[in-house]
Amino acid sequence: MPNIVVLVKQVPDTNAPVSISGGSVDFSGAKMVMSPYDEFALEAALRHKEAAGGEVTAVTLGGAGADKILKDAKAIGADHIVRLDHEGWADSNAVQGALAAAVRDLGAEVVYCGKSAADTGAGSTGPGLAEHLGWASASNVIALEFGADVTATVPAEGGDARLSVSLPAVFSCDKGDLKVRKPNVKGIMQAKKATVDVRAAQVGSSSVRVVSCTLPPAKPEGKTFHGGAAAADVARLLREEANVL
Amino acid sequence: MTVTIIIAETNGGVVAPATAELVTAALALGGAPVLVVPCTDAASADAAGFAGVSRIIAAKSPVFASYDASAWAEAIDGIAPAGHVVALASSRSKDLAARLAARRGLPVVQDVVLINGGELTSPILSGKAMQTVAVDGAAVLTVRANVMAPAAAADADVSVVDASGDLKTAVLEMVARASARLDVAEANIIVSGGRGLGEPGNFRHLEALADTIGAAVGASRAAVDTWDEIPHSMQVGQTGKTVNPNLYIAVGISGAIQHLAGMRSSKYIVAINKDADAPIFKHADYGIVATWEEALPVLSDALAGMMS
Repeated sequence: MPNIVVLVKQVPDTNAPVSISGGSVDFSGAKMVMSPYDEFALEAALRHKEAAGGEVTAVTLGGAGADKILKDAKAIGADHIVRLDHEGWADSNAVQGALAAAVRDLGAEVVYCGKSAADTGAGSTGPGLAEHLGWASASNVIALEFGADVTATVPAEGGDARLSVSLPAVFSCDKGDLKVRKPNVKGIMQAKKATVDVRAAQVGSSSVRVVSCTLPPAKPEGKTFHGGAAAADVARLLREEANVL
Repeated sequence: MTVTIIIAETNGGVVAPATAELVTAALALGGAPVLVVPCTDAASADAAGFAGVSRIIAAKSPVFASYDASAWAEAIDGIAPAGHVVALASSRSKDLAARLAARRGLPVVQDVVLINGGELTSPILSGKAMQTVAVDGAAVLTVRANVMAPAAAADADVSVVDASGDLKTAVLEMVARASARLDVAEANIIVSGGRGLGEPGNFRHLEALADTIGAAVGASRAAVDTWDEIPHSMQVGQTGKTVNPNLYIAVGISGAIQHLAGMRSSKYIVAINKDADAPIFKHADYGIVATWEEALPVLSDALAGMMS
């Protein structure tokens, strides 16, 4: 029975407005939530467990504030919740190294994560972690079938590819056709009582450091036209002014 | 002199035009650019010469027939010299970049839009902020399309090298998408529809326009959630695809934050909406306040006239 890990990350609510203070993004007013694609990863992990048995451990790398999303994962159905205690910046290599060490410690054979986190949007963690572990990976997964191997459907050139993926493997999940389950009352009660297994994170040194964060340059004000006939003017401007057609 | 490796973006075995933008990025980083073309047939690299590129390596291997992250990273790692690595911020190449970086023990910086000396700037929080980082030593980076000016074509002097890697996944079958149309993630022009279109059948008007100008057809989350006929693969936005085409035409889309997150970095945005207060107009280069029934036929006819 597979030992399943799902990686979850705490991010500011995607509807929260962004402000910059002292060269970094000020999240103090933002509600912190589980990154949306991680919800699909959790759903995939729970379905894998339902098909093949085993247990699901939700893992995050972060400070004590991130316990909330672990409890959310517990309420939805994760069996165990683990926080790798770490505050502050770490580059991709340092993050993936710490996650790889934890996945080895947990004896996992399969890892699910979101295809990218809502804050960085990078999408590096799944494939990078797989490389650290020497495992297979499939990214942007839109459908999964569970057997001795896992079959993952991913977008490819000229269609979608159904891939046979031998375990151990890391799957980075897109929304696909998965409907994410909601916590039930029993789950919420269990999550309240659950304790987070806090472990030291083995975060190595980073060779990338953040210099500054800024708001994006303001876009010059666009041109507004009224009435459908103006669409002909817009067509002309697209060629003559914007030069895109 | 140090070397900067460029991984050519390929599509169906052909070097994609965006590769010319990667050359510009590599020149901005410094180091002698070496272009690596992953291919099954070295002829793929024949048209891959760009001004400023000192060397082209056709990395020839059967593993490049279809994408397997592990095998591609292994094959490229085996033949590419050390140094910075630059690839396109397409979904496939971002995945490859992360693999290759981890393989070489390097950090990866994704979605770079500005290179200034050793500092790299990328959008974060779905483009609501920009983050600038400094890298100590070599790194793997991906560069957003349609941001850097393309380098000019030049004669190519190609060396062919056999590459190899172990496949960790196997393609069981290719499944045709519900729509044979160009995918929004791969398109340079996108025509997207929202719930303002009233009913899913009206997407055929967008398809007709898309055919005229060689565009893909996208949709807002509201449209995908409301109508079963509109598949999630068309969805542009936070829980759909992030796109940055040259031209994005939004029809009957109000511009919810979650949609803007997926398309705000488009080079030019055209919005058609009957509500003058729709948030999409704040991001549009050209806004047309009108019903889609009034504006779309005029736009389609005018563009058809221009393209013919």
